[in-house]
Amino acid sequence: MKWRYFKQHLFFWIVKASIALIALSLGGLLVYIFVHGFSALSWDFLTEPPRDAMTKGGIMPAILGTFYLMTGAIIVALPLGVMSAVYLSEYSKQNRILRTIRIGINCLAGVPSVVFGLFGLGLFVVYLKFGSSILSGSLTLGILILPTIIGASEEALKSVPQTFREASLALGVSKWQTIYRIVLPNALPGILTGSILGLGRAAGETAPIMFTAAAFFTAKLPTSIFDEVMALPYHIYVLATAGTRIEETRPIQYGTALVLIALVLGIDLIAILFRSYMRRRKSW
Amino acid sequence: MTRTTKEKIIKAVFFVIAATSVIILGMIVISLFREAVPIFRVASIKDFIFGNEWYPTYDPPSFGIWPLIVGSLIVTLCSTVIAVPIGVLSAIYISELANPFLKEILKPIIELLAGLPSVVLGFFGMVVLAPWLQETFDLPTGLNIVNASLMLSLMAIPTISSISEDALYAVPQEFKEASYALGATKYETIVRVIVPAALSGISTAVILGMARAIGETMVVLMVAGGAAAIPDSLFDSVRPMPASIAAEMGETPFGSNHYHALFGIAVVLFFLTLAFNLVADYIANKYKQTGSATL
Repeated sequence: MKWRYFKQHLFFWIVKASIALIALSLGGLLVYIFVHGFSALSWDFLTEPPRDAMTKGGIMPAILGTFYLMTGAIIVALPLGVMSAVYLSEYSKQNRILRTIRIGINCLAGVPSVVFGLFGLGLFVVYLKFGSSILSGSLTLGILILPTIIGASEEALKSVPQTFREASLALGVSKWQTIYRIVLPNALPGILTGSILGLGRAAGETAPIMFTAAAFFTAKLPTSIFDEVMALPYHIYVLATAGTRIEETRPIQYGTALVLIALVLGIDLIAILFRSYMRRRKSW
Repeated sequence: MTRTTKEKIIKAVFFVIAATSVIILGMIVISLFREAVPIFRVASIKDFIFGNEWYPTYDPPSFGIWPLIVGSLIVTLCSTVIAVPIGVLSAIYISELANPFLKEILKPIIELLAGLPSVVLGFFGMVVLAPWLQETFDLPTGLNIVNASLMLSLMAIPTISSISEDALYAVPQEFKEASYALGATKYETIVRVIVPAALSGISTAVILGMARAIGETMVVLMVAGGAAAIPDSLFDSVRPMPASIAAEMGETPFGSNHYHALFGIAVVLFFLTLAFNLVADYIANKYKQTGSATL
């Protein structure tokens, strides 16, 4: 009898140790970057372009570039994603076509990010001649976050009670009007949450934009969607790995990492808080 | 236009949009193959995959990606060995042991950590973990398999933990009650009833975590060291496939053999991750947890 409880105690300790290990390692990582990055932060760091061969100045062009790419990605992915989800949840019947589409979406979700980068390079940059640009990068990132948006939107649509649709149809309203006026508005909070999470993902990705959009340094800010941009994740990567002044730019690297973490985790946090707020408010 | 025609048109439009994902996937496969095929006129498929020498810029060049495949598999395997126990145990803690307050906090935190940009993990491995490893173990370089595996496992743990937690949470309450009624301890209930009932979900979590690790680029690009050779020890540098593609694509002339070889690596990588995802999909569908109907 004693042995059984000893085993239980031992097991609970191991379980608690594992959660402590996660807290220590990932928490330690965040604290470390926060402490080292904080001293680099200043108003000028956020609003000035880099100076003196990147060793001084700020990261404003990279922040702006990431913002453009995020916006572009969501413009590409949101309409496609929501409409796909509407088909999957409202129109499709359980058959082989549906199964194929589902497998396709799952596989797309699993494609490595560097492969998206190559695809974007081959199709948008070279074949369609968009060059390395905001347009190519946004399209590539848009495709990357498409499965996330579809998944979240479909879940949101499915959580709208069937009775809502039946009530609407019983009033003689057509299927499309039911979807447009009843189902979509009720699913909007869930769709929004998914889109915000997609935004966060697009902001943090490096490999897909390496060959499709990102530049080490641009002398002036982009003026059209066919211009190259600097981007936060790529900025960290280049400063940390390339060039002869890696040690000298270390504070800028920490500062950029901190800004990127704050941006991505901030976006995700907004999504999570918004979701729990809407769940509590939900009356059905 | 009658109402039914209009409805039919709308449905057709939505179908076409829903099919874009499949079309894009097809386009990815086609564009990868189109650019990869020329390399197989230079090197046979067998030499390409099982060749031991990756010297794409030498004269004459040698395009054997076996060391890169081995590099990818070894960092994936090591990171899985680290991430699976920690991920699953933490999921058990959150779902079965934590009080409701802690649970409310831990769940979103794990979810947040899953979104940590990989370039940040790579950066941390490079500037903090690498010097520490080098000094502690007296190594020529801290950029090696151990470093890459540790950073990859940090990336995979939140994924594994959060999907496993969903699976554990879905185990019906009656199962636990029945187990307690038979006099089982909480430990026995967890290990013999709850975990087995959630096993398909946990397996899916593990495979998806592995797929994420094998396809991850920035971490291995920054901390694996980049040596294209079969490693002898865990402290050797390797050059996993995504790292090779990302590092060399920027420097290789467009349309060269080297360029086509990198697309060849992407094809191999694509099918490897595809296999992982199809297996995960198969397990999730075949052993679906549906309420109290199945165990």
